[in-house]
Amino acid sequence: MKKQKLVIVGNGMAPGRMLEYLFEKDRHAYDITIFNAEPRVNYNRLMLSPVLSGERTYEDIITHGDDWYAEHGVTLHKSAKVSEIDRAAKTVTSETGVTASYDRLVIATGSNPFIIPLPGKDLDGVLTYRDLDDVGKMLDAAKRGGRAIVIGGGLLGLEAAAGLKMQGMEVTVLHLMPTLMERQLDPAAGYLLQEEFERRGIEVRTKANSHEIVDDGTGKVKGIRLDDGTQIEASVVVMAVGIRPSTELAKAISLDVGRGILVGDDMRTSDADIFALGECVEHRGICYGLVAPLYEMAEVIADNLLNGTSEYTGSVTATKLKVTGVDLYSAGDFSEGEDREEIVLRDAAAGVYKRLVLKDNRIVGAVLYGETSDGPWFFDLLKKRSDVAEMRDTLIFGQAYQGGTPLDPTAAVAALPDDAEICGCNGVCKGKIVNAISEKGLTSLDDVRAHTKASASCGSCTGLVEQLMQVTLGDAYNPAAVTPMCGCTHLGHSDVRRLIKSRELKTIPSVMQELEWTSSGGCAKCRPALNYYLVSDWPDEYADDYQSRYINERVHANIQKDGTYSVVPRMWGGMTSSTELRAIADVVDKFNIPAVKCTGGQRIDMLGISKEDLPAVWADLGKAGFVSGQAYAKGLRTVKTCVGSDWCRFGTQDSTGLGIRIEKFMWGSWTPAKLKLAVSGCPRNCAEATCKDIGVICVDSGYEIHFAGAAGLDIKGTEVLGLVKTEDEALEHIVALTQMYREQGHYLERIYKWARRVGSDEIRTRIMEDADQRKLYFDRFVFSQKFAQVDPWSERVSGKDKHEFRPMAVLQAEAAE
Amino acid sequence: MNAETRSWVAIGDLMDIPREGARVVKTATGCIAVFRTVDDEVYALDDRCPHKGGPLSQGIVHGTSVTCPLHNWVFDLATGLAKGADEGSARTTAARIENGKVLLAADDLARRTG
Repeated sequence: MKKQKLVIVGNGMAPGRMLEYLFEKDRHAYDITIFNAEPRVNYNRLMLSPVLSGERTYEDIITHGDDWYAEHGVTLHKSAKVSEIDRAAKTVTSETGVTASYDRLVIATGSNPFIIPLPGKDLDGVLTYRDLDDVGKMLDAAKRGGRAIVIGGGLLGLEAAAGLKMQGMEVTVLHLMPTLMERQLDPAAGYLLQEEFERRGIEVRTKANSHEIVDDGTGKVKGIRLDDGTQIEASVVVMAVGIRPSTELAKAISLDVGRGILVGDDMRTSDADIFALGECVEHRGICYGLVAPLYEMAEVIADNLLNGTSEYTGSVTATKLKVTGVDLYSAGDFSEGEDREEIVLRDAAAGVYKRLVLKDNRIVGAVLYGETSDGPWFFDLLKKRSDVAEMRDTLIFGQAYQGGTPLDPTAAVAALPDDAEICGCNGVCKGKIVNAISEKGLTSLDDVRAHTKASASCGSCTGLVEQLMQVTLGDAYNPAAVTPMCGCTHLGHSDVRRLIKSRELKTIPSVMQELEWTSSGGCAKCRPALNYYLVSDWPDEYADDYQSRYINERVHANIQKDGTYSVVPRMWGGMTSSTELRAIADVVDKFNIPAVKCTGGQRIDMLGISKEDLPAVWADLGKAGFVSGQAYAKGLRTVKTCVGSDWCRFGTQDSTGLGIRIEKFMWGSWTPAKLKLAVSGCPRNCAEATCKDIGVICVDSGYEIHFAGAAGLDIKGTEVLGLVKTEDEALEHIVALTQMYREQGHYLERIYKWARRVGSDEIRTRIMEDADQRKLYFDRFVFSQKFAQVDPWSERVSGKDKHEFRPMAVLQAEAAE
Repeated sequence: MNAETRSWVAIGDLMDIPREGARVVKTATGCIAVFRTVDDEVYALDDRCPHKGGPLSQGIVHGTSVTCPLHNWVFDLATGLAKGADEGSARTTAARIENGKVLLAADDLARRTG
């Protein structure tokens, strides 16, 4: 019988592997002809990155050399791009004029790099990263030096960036999404990866949307301009934003094509004699770009070419980033879901992050960063759908920890000698801590910190100190004594605040990573708290995350039970005028506001306003000179006053004037919880200053400053901070006190609770007796006000956050039918 | 029914919704909250908490959950089910992204009766 003819279009890794499988089964089944558009034999495309970085050469990465083709009797046409396939005559013809006939045809045309349709995309110096020619061009560019911009922070883009950096170029990576490799990594791992790249001197810009590639006037690349107007100079732009299945040929011969060439489970296209293989394929709606699935397809086709009945049923994929020194592994599906559980291990100091996603006691996804040696083991469990219930407790530690007796973590600490250093920051050894615990009867971590300073700085030895307490105290030690901030962390608010400062954490993702948050995105409890801490600690550097703010602070109004909002303009010190009242009356009429009420803070509340009307309401109020009263803020609310010496026959000082002065100085500041003040002109206390967070009672000899009152869930009279002589001093003391509270308070902790926790005497000493300290607090408050005193209403009238106030779409009834 | 045969209604661009935020789509039968997660997934729920009718679109989005702004009930965006000790659910509308556009499933929209 005459030998059957097999023609393969494309000579990438997938058809190469397919031939290996075929030859294993039957070396002589087919006469084989390959058309390759590239002028080469088969090489390992996965190893392009080491070639780019200079760690390998082209010769190192050849899979099948010319000898191999000769030995197996395969005819390879190099540089022969196929231009025509005649399905009726069963022939394939190349642009070079070579024709071959086939009984079976395999189309393996691979994929094309996706070119973003930016202005300037055709300029000299715009490259892609797909084959050896691209690598050659990048190496040429690197010899000339300068800066390269890589668009795309996915697998290929990052490998290209690392390679170009190793070739001596300055490199900037632009990535549209907020974190790198978001398809394979969750945000926490993406953050670690970004840090690692930045450590290598590669600039990474996320959320960066390219606007155009700039021409230097001679048709060459000069740089890139982003949507936000930023311009970055560069001599080379590498687009690595993804691939598109190459389907032109299949389309030209009318095979069924979706995103890729459509195949069934037998890998046949809509023509039973034509198979499709590799990145050009769409199977069950999925196009694959990683090598493992392509190899599985290759095996199925090899069998079916020999009249087998193999089926390809889709793959779960695993990814490894091939950048020397970066260990990263991701596999499967790691989105969250009600029926899913996650196990997260973070070791910030070692830069290790591991996350397993489980469903019904089976691993469905895994992300490993920093330490990836267990990747294949997890992937194996995932693919085999193994039940992991038995080893769940130790699963995340990897294969080496399965099967043995669990280690007692305290045993190692108990075995340490007395002179072993526990706290490196403060030089505290084990013996000192153990002695302090037993001699002074310490039972809480805070006590141990207070007496020994162990774990009181960076906090990284906290775990060791706790284990020491456990060893020393036995059952008397209750580590749960610190109430965690929320279910996402074991740390309390104080620890989190201390660590944000000492480790200079300046974004919410970095806090969650460095402090080993156990959820991947926080919750509605910790997110607003972290946002406040960062706003408070890094006023000039931190970009306020509105999505982490409660709705009232996001839209600058108070949400009501029916979803409408109430609006309270500021009335400084509770003073108003006919013009202001008239403006309010006009707004109430114009917008049909159903309820108007005087508040307890001496201002006017308009209730029942729809969200969409808010900007228009604010615009009208703004014209009359009103700014936001921040009646919704965990921040400065009101300064209540009485009429004082201006009008009152008992008034001793200008309490109204002082109240207005304080309010104008402090408005806009964020505080741990709401902050309400009052100034009374005499001890009759008509402004009710003695149940406020901070109050002033004016007396003949000056100003008595009060703090830590409460008149809500708890009722508590204020405590006296001290007496000062002048208005200026009163202001300085009040501001310094507020700043101390801003820096130390736990989120949602009112001043009276903070004072109870840290001690009123401590506060009094700092503010009244230590003038230097007071001045520092005062100055820090003034500094932060530079960034806080912006009227949020006028900002929104001018268009900021306009998406908040408009529906995204209005669907008519018919559209929904 | 799979994505290919289902018909979809475009409601705007993904970029119109803030990440970890939501936008409202008004329909003749009430509002729908369309959420965008940090990973750029989209989900749509009726903009009404089953507890006291709070607008879920105004809540804080964390992971694939949203916390109602009125009384802190937490809902899974994918299933609409309340999490934790609370019991109840917000009706879902299938949502997906295509070429940067957010699409809602027409059959889900048609089934809504208010």
